[in-house]
Amino acid sequence: MSAATLLEVRDLHTQFNTLDGVVRAVDGVSFDLARGETLGIVGESGCGKSVTALSILRLIPPETGRIASGSIHFEGHDLATLPEDEMKRLRGHRISMIFQEPMTSLNPVLTVGTQIAENVVRHLGVSWKAARERAFEMLDLVRIADARRRLDEYPHQLSGGMRQRVMIAMALSCDPQVLIADEPTTALDVTIQAQILDLMLELKEKTGTAIVLITHDLGVVAETAERVVVMYAGRKVEEAPVMALFERPLHPYTRGLMAAIPRLDVDAESGGRRPRLQEIPGLVPRLTQPIVGCAFASRCGLATDRCRAEAPPVVDAGGGHTVACWEARV
Amino acid sequence: MSAPKTVLEVSGLVKHFPIRGGLLQRQVGAVRAVDGVGFSIARGETLGLVGESGCGKSTIGKTVLKLIEPTAGKIVLGGQDITTLKPGAMWPHRKRIQTIFQDPYSSMNPRLPAGTIVGEPLENFGIAQGRERDERVAQLFQRVGLRPDAMRKYAHEFSGGQRQRLGIAKALSVSPDVIVADEPVSALDVSVQAQVLNLLIDLQEELGLAYLFISHDLAVMRHISHRIAVMYLGRIVEITDKRTLFSTPLHPYTEALLSAATAPDPKRRGKRKAIVQGDVPSPAKPPPGCHFHTRCPYATAECKVVSPALREVAPGHHVACHLR
Repeated sequence: MSAATLLEVRDLHTQFNTLDGVVRAVDGVSFDLARGETLGIVGESGCGKSVTALSILRLIPPETGRIASGSIHFEGHDLATLPEDEMKRLRGHRISMIFQEPMTSLNPVLTVGTQIAENVVRHLGVSWKAARERAFEMLDLVRIADARRRLDEYPHQLSGGMRQRVMIAMALSCDPQVLIADEPTTALDVTIQAQILDLMLELKEKTGTAIVLITHDLGVVAETAERVVVMYAGRKVEEAPVMALFERPLHPYTRGLMAAIPRLDVDAESGGRRPRLQEIPGLVPRLTQPIVGCAFASRCGLATDRCRAEAPPVVDAGGGHTVACWEARV
Repeated sequence: MSAPKTVLEVSGLVKHFPIRGGLLQRQVGAVRAVDGVGFSIARGETLGLVGESGCGKSTIGKTVLKLIEPTAGKIVLGGQDITTLKPGAMWPHRKRIQTIFQDPYSSMNPRLPAGTIVGEPLENFGIAQGRERDERVAQLFQRVGLRPDAMRKYAHEFSGGQRQRLGIAKALSVSPDVIVADEPVSALDVSVQAQVLNLLIDLQEELGLAYLFISHDLAVMRHISHRIAVMYLGRIVEITDKRTLFSTPLHPYTEALLSAATAPDPKRRGKRKAIVQGDVPSPAKPPPGCHFHTRCPYATAECKVVSPALREVAPGHHVACHLR
């Protein structure tokens, strides 16, 4: 692990037991996160991006799921096997998280000041008075107007955008090294989303916290991430610096995704007719069956017999750009 | 060339939801969900209604469908004033206006096979029964890209995109003139969203359908709409053809929406601007004057007092702003 690497995920497999069988939600994913970096993980529903995040945080419900194999190295620990009481000391302190719907992550019967202070008392061992002062500083930092008064308000008294600001304040209250943000702006209106994205980037500059940003939205990734991991059916299919990924996507799935989104920034209309969007035919494979070959083969226009029989290895295309595809021209 | 045929015309539409309180549950206020809205849609045309949560766009959809009664205003469907029609009198007109929802699954009976669900309107309206109905349903399945043998399957056996196809097939079954589509692709992944948007455009071009397309997604809007109405707190603040809206937006709110949207292009990074700060005020207590003045960077003293009327500033381009 190089000095710049903060978090190292290797060959992560996370599985769930369901009535239909074992779901291989994450099926051998590896990536690194450097200090102070913003890494985007992008993919569609069920690709395993959120389960990857929950695995790093060790929030996989033990009744149904487990990290089956692989390692997650962070600050000298392997989070995949770390005992729960040690994990509790890291979570919310060295590694923090924000989720899509802040209302479900906030306690409705505690004031936001108490909730932020609670985290500070627990992890930094300071007095309640000092923790409350820290909570005020954090609310002020995430630019909640009239922060002193807001400390004594309950989550339901805040708007959706403000609740997400409170979540960010809480997540950053103990100066974490890593912030995992799972669809942090998906539930917000566009004007509020713009405010929250700007805030996250600004705070990252200020605090040096590395961010793992999990999203389905290529627009959000393009505007915030430095490096991007593209996931499909539990596997990493491509990884690249953000410019390289958008300028020269190599995996047929990444290319398909980019061609499928309607564009706001390009006037694609020709002669008054609305152009057709490129479709990706078919459906994501079921994750209850082991996938033989490339997971995308059944939907891919370039697929050959080899693609259907043998899983493609991750190939280096240079400049930190890697792709798992037999047919990609690297 | 004849003028395009208007199939739906709405004027002065108001929908207030009462807020009740106190011991006797008297009305103590009203949520002004829709506060004086007018537009028309021609055959074969898509009018997009765009705006953020709580702007009233879905309420407009429900009101023109007569699923809820308007407080004031007029709704004319294919030349017939349906504003005050009681459910019985409305019944024959329901064939002409149909809807597709964001989550079609919640509107499907889990115990009925898909073919029965799609064929229900055919029976209800006495259009076809028995074998003829089954044949029509099979054609509808094919038309929306489903295999006719899927008629025997149940709703839970379909994927999200396929369920939306079922919803579209059901809406099409009675050959409507207008379809109100309320966030029809918002719950779908982009690869599937593309399939459904393409299908909607194909059907419109083939059948001359008019769409009232409700969405918060500007990129989807730009793709599917011919004209777009931008809503803010119950009012239309700007309405024009989509090319003009994206090239020369005039209302400060439209400008804010367009500048806040993310684009899948890292080269544009930093160009996005959060022009407006703060949150949308509550529609139960909209600010006086122009509803947008509390967040508008250009607001003047007049904006805080006088509500701007929707004025035509160029042919077909209407804006409600004192400054434009």
